[in-house]
Amino acid sequence: MFDELSRKLEGALKRLRGQGKISEANIGETLREVRRVLLDADVNYKVAKKFIDDVQAKALGQDVLTSITPGQLIVKLIHDELVALLGTSAAPVTFGATPPSVILVAGLQGSGKTTLSAKLALYFKKRGHHPLLVAADTYRPAAVEQLRTLAGQIDVPLYEEAGENAVALARGGVIHARQNARDLVIVDTAGRLHVDEEMMKEVEAIKKAISPNEILFVVDAMTGQDAVNTARAFHERLNFDGAVLTKMDGDARGGAALSLRATVGKPIKFLSAGEKLDALEVFHPDRLASRILGMGDIVTLVEKAQEQLDGEKAVKLEAKLRKSQFTLEDFLDQLQEVRKMGPLSQVMGMIPGMNRLPAGATVDEGALTRIEAIIRSMTFEERRKPQLLNGSRRKRIAVGSGTTVQDVNRLMKQYEQMQKMVRTLGKGGGMRNAMRGMKFPAGN
Amino acid sequence: MGLRDRIGRLKEGLTRTREGLMGKIARLVIPGGAIDEALLARVEEILIAGDVGADVSAAIVAAIRERAQKERASDAGVLPTLVRDEIRRQFVPGDEGGESDPFHLPPGRPFVILVVGINGVGKTTTVGKLSAAYVQAGKKVMVAAADTFRAAANEQLEIWARRAGAEIVRQGPGADPAAVAYDAVSAAQARGTDVVIIDTAGRLHTKVNLMEELKKISRVVQKSLPGAPHEVFLVIDASTGQNAMQQARQFGAAVGVTGLILTKVDGTAKGGIVLSISREMNIPVRFIGVGEGIDDLQPFDGKAFVEALIAS
Ligand SMILES: Nc1nc2c(ncn2[C@@H]2O[C@H](COP(=O)(O)OP(=O)(O)OP(=O)(O)O)[C@@H](O)[C@H]2O)c(=O)[nH]1
Ligand SMILES: Nc1nc2c(ncn2[C@@H]2O[C@H](COP(=O)(O)OP(=O)(O)OP(=O)(O)O)[C@@H](O)[C@H]2O)c(=O)[nH]1
Ligand SMILES: [Mg+2]
Ligand SMILES: [Mg+2]
Repeated sequence: MFDELSRKLEGALKRLRGQGKISEANIGETLREVRRVLLDADVNYKVAKKFIDDVQAKALGQDVLTSITPGQLIVKLIHDELVALLGTSAAPVTFGATPPSVILVAGLQGSGKTTLSAKLALYFKKRGHHPLLVAADTYRPAAVEQLRTLAGQIDVPLYEEAGENAVALARGGVIHARQNARDLVIVDTAGRLHVDEEMMKEVEAIKKAISPNEILFVVDAMTGQDAVNTARAFHERLNFDGAVLTKMDGDARGGAALSLRATVGKPIKFLSAGEKLDALEVFHPDRLASRILGMGDIVTLVEKAQEQLDGEKAVKLEAKLRKSQFTLEDFLDQLQEVRKMGPLSQVMGMIPGMNRLPAGATVDEGALTRIEAIIRSMTFEERRKPQLLNGSRRKRIAVGSGTTVQDVNRLMKQYEQMQKMVRTLGKGGGMRNAMRGMKFPAGN
Repeated sequence: MGLRDRIGRLKEGLTRTREGLMGKIARLVIPGGAIDEALLARVEEILIAGDVGADVSAAIVAAIRERAQKERASDAGVLPTLVRDEIRRQFVPGDEGGESDPFHLPPGRPFVILVVGINGVGKTTTVGKLSAAYVQAGKKVMVAAADTFRAAANEQLEIWARRAGAEIVRQGPGADPAAVAYDAVSAAQARGTDVVIIDTAGRLHTKVNLMEELKKISRVVQKSLPGAPHEVFLVIDASTGQNAMQQARQFGAAVGVTGLILTKVDGTAKGGIVLSISREMNIPVRFIGVGEGIDDLQPFDGKAFVEALIAS
């Protein structure tokens, strides 16, 4: 996601690490480097400049004679400043007191509005709401068919009305929701340029007609310097409540997020990270700042795991983690839970340190199947006391699981590494250090 | 829409870019004033603001500085000329004029164009516009709906094909896109079609499997007709920042991009990243998209683009 930005920042910071003293000269070099990182990440140049100025002012004012190293000091300052720029907490979508609540989705052409509309519908449906999708794009060829298809995939009703204008459609959708006991209306609108006066008037009129509880501005994560202009223009017209950053599954550095925050001050509420309709994540500014600094987004990973892990198991695992016990049985459980979370390559990206998987590397799901088979061929005692696994037992397990002794040996090595990692975690050593040197079964 | 309107629209689109870049530089220049570092830093900022990229912007400014010193140019009044020269130097080959017919076809049929790019940049719309342009030039055109993934991609392309007066080859959702492309090229060979334009699904250049799928499409097309695809157009959204460079590299490595199409030039984004792409990959920008209508496609004219970009 933000790995490239992370990597560059890390490069700049590495030079500071291990330097004994903080000086104007070495701060200067680092900050120039950080500026370059931000510009390469498409942070608007004015936003980047202010960011650098703020960090510099704070760094130079700092007491050098503190117990932390200059490197740590700069990391902390940059992190704090990023957090400040990105906002401090995630703001949820606001629901009205009387249903239906209405979400209006707007943005430039091709930014991902229609996909997001369907994703939101699924997201809230999963949380017990009864959404209605409204196809209010009357311009793009097959726009209605697109939303109809997506609505069908997630089994959410669609309101459409051939021949109506967008304003009437949106209004009709809200009325339809009220009459049919839908508590949430999501209105997908046509893509429009902020300089297209007629189209901007249309979306203003839609807003006026349906008084949305929430207006979301959709921004492509790859957007360059112009993000400030479009955000400002849409904000002037719509006073939107939040933004959604899309196509976050790519390698765009996503500096547009910073630009947007700095320009209109509205929170980023969701990240859209894939073409599949469940690829929607709640946005957490503080986590993103950590992620930008190469610390990974461990919290998102944990949260995603939480949705899947049944509560009891999670509690048990946490207790075990604290006690630094981690048996092969836990390993098997974890594997299965992780696989439920989605394609492993995607899960990996959320683990700190793992964003450095070589480009093109994919995770070999077949290897995971083998691991499962191996552990299943062990007795319960063996799973809890792996030290029992001598040569003949390993041979038996290999035969039983249809694998080779080498496969079993490899697994045992991986398990040992995992155990070491868990121990480090238990001691609060941080995931990052723990993950270093760990190898996941990876294919080509 | 007549040719005059088209050019009017092109100018309108480019004027914004121009005001963004040279207008600002011109306003900075005090005739008789010196070319000092502050002024050069401002030039660099303006280039960066146009998404030209920090690297290329710095290189352009360094070149300007060097030339100003070598030629002992101390008057800031010559700055616009220096900037113009240096930007032009970045822009490589391809279209130095709009003299040659951008829709000219070499002998041999069918001429196969593969259109690729990341999600939502305007591929399908551009396929529609290109088809219309070839039909207007008297060619028999077929489009291939090789986006079998996106919801209603077939329906969207079908509408464009109808508008353009082109034939369409399609299969159901989820079909093998390479098979669709193969069918289209074979059918075109059988029917004496002049141009086949293959619309592909949007894909992020980071998705290994999807890039493999694209390679397969290209391979299969070549199998069906040696030498095809004759053109591989990478579509880039003008609002894209530095990531477009990565897109160009990856798509280039996968299927050998032969030309760029810059879309949504009717917005306020400058699209400066095509400078870096064109320079690094040595491929021309061939067309620009200036709207959502079927006529909103312009042949890219390098000279005019740079002129418009830097004229004060
Ligand atoms: N990889 C990826 N693709 C996405 C994401 N969100 C949307 N897309 C794709 O981007 C393309 C455009 O998405 P749409 O939802 O049609 O965009 P839109 O803003 O509704 O487009 P218009 O209505 O034409 O303005 C489609 O190919 C989507 O599948 C995302 O988060 N990741
Ligand atoms: N303003 C403007 N909009 C454009 C231009 N070209 C395309 N669009 C719009 O951009 C949106 C996406 O265009 P598509 O042609 O569907 O893009 P695509 O690349 O085929 O998208 P996917 O197949 O989903 O990856 C649509 O709303 C188009 O109308 C252009 O030159 N100017
Ligand atoms: Mg749409
Ligand atoms: Mg398309």
